[in-house]
Amino acid sequence: MAIAKKSVVWGLFAAGGTVTAFLFPALIALFLMVATGHVPEGLDYANLHAFAAGWFGKICLFFVISLALWHAAHRLRVVFHDFGVRKDKIVAKAVYLIATIGTVLTAYYLYVIR
Amino acid sequence: MSIRQLEIEVLRYDPEQDSEPHFKTYEVPCEHDWAILDALNYIKDELDTTLAFRWSCHMMVCGSCGMMVNGEPCLTCKTFVRDLPDKVRIEPLENFPIERDLVVVLDDVMEKLQMAKPYIIRKDPPPEDKEFTQSRSALYKFKQYTMCVNCMCCYAACPQYALDSSFIGPAVLALAHRYNLDSRDQGKSERLDILADHDGVWNCSFVGACSEVCPKSVDPAAALQQMKIDGAKEFWLQKLPGGKS
Amino acid sequence: MSRNPYVRPVSKTTWYMRNGRYKKYMLREVTCLLVGFYSFFVICALGILAAGSPEKWESFLASQQNAFMVALHAAALLYFLVYMTFDWFKLAPKAMPVQLGEQKLPDLYIVLAHYVAWFMVTAIVFWLAGVI
Repeated sequence: MAIAKKSVVWGLFAAGGTVTAFLFPALIALFLMVATGHVPEGLDYANLHAFAAGWFGKICLFFVISLALWHAAHRLRVVFHDFGVRKDKIVAKAVYLIATIGTVLTAYYLYVIR
Repeated sequence: MSIRQLEIEVLRYDPEQDSEPHFKTYEVPCEHDWAILDALNYIKDELDTTLAFRWSCHMMVCGSCGMMVNGEPCLTCKTFVRDLPDKVRIEPLENFPIERDLVVVLDDVMEKLQMAKPYIIRKDPPPEDKEFTQSRSALYKFKQYTMCVNCMCCYAACPQYALDSSFIGPAVLALAHRYNLDSRDQGKSERLDILADHDGVWNCSFVGACSEVCPKSVDPAAALQQMKIDGAKEFWLQKLPGGKS
Repeated sequence: MSRNPYVRPVSKTTWYMRNGRYKKYMLREVTCLLVGFYSFFVICALGILAAGSPEKWESFLASQQNAFMVALHAAALLYFLVYMTFDWFKLAPKAMPVQLGEQKLPDLYIVLAHYVAWFMVTAIVFWLAGVI
């Protein structure tokens, strides 16, 4: 008995949900600091560039962003269903495609930063 | 104890005469210690003998008196008049077709119950001339799920079942999980069919209402999330070299 | 006697208005929009960083410093904490129950463990970002 593809998607959703629940408050807080003019020194060009250029930073950024995207995509698919949109196949294709584009972009930018 | 006058609105539906259900109001003098089921019995005995509703044990065991009381699914034998306002609205369980008055059609869930294979499945022969032994810690892994009385309040609370009744639903999936967790059972792979299917656990979006309304404190929402994790794990295990398929 | 079961209609688009429980669920589910928004926000920032020009980065940071962004991030942070992070931690013990012998570990401990881990993770992020 083959298990539905949904288990894969759901696994990514759950992993992404855990990652975002733990990390996004801190992430949004950093943006908030930037917006108030108190830019943390880690977000200076030199520091952030060095972080994203290192393998540790690359791995962190890639996993956090791609998992968050998959989490958001899957939940958005359910949200569409819950708001009465019953074109699940099209919705699923669209949201997962957007998540894939985001993931590829992330990989590309991280590849360029060195 | 003093008598309290309750205004009880009951949804009535006569399949032979009505094209749709309508509310009928009864003034019921309730005693302090009455449950809503007592008030319904008063209506049937004293005010209107045509009222149809299911009940049997009056002690939270038979699971047949599940209804909506002020919009909440509950066992009417467990819902007390003293905890309710002066105006009470009683409707048949949501998300099920109404057979008559407060009686709903449960055929759909009864069919789904078969799919869950809610019994111990053995691949190896059972122990000869003696009973299965099971440690207490093995029992406590699933004990809460055995408390289900099939009152179907969880189905009435589940919006995903309301939106798409092909969803197998909380109580039946929780029961499948109960047998999956049983140390004597070897049928997990057979039950995987309903778990892995689109109408199985994946239609659940973890609203969690099922567990909140359960009158027996069963936690179907938890069972469903655990089954999803199992399903996701199983998928990757199958992908491993030498994994079963 | 003839059967003629009556099926009550359910609105496919407004069903969640029926009770507070469903509304709360929907408020939780739409946090995915915030997750998506901030994910692409970070990707855009990475793109600017990838351009390799410190000036561009500085002007990006400068462009973020206004009252609108303060309000947006503050509201998003509050909403996200209440409907995503705290909710996720609250529901975690259901998905991952821990049984020690005959006793089920009380849910409270699992939830508290999540909060402790969350404080640590947040501290690490702030440390990496040079906030603390």
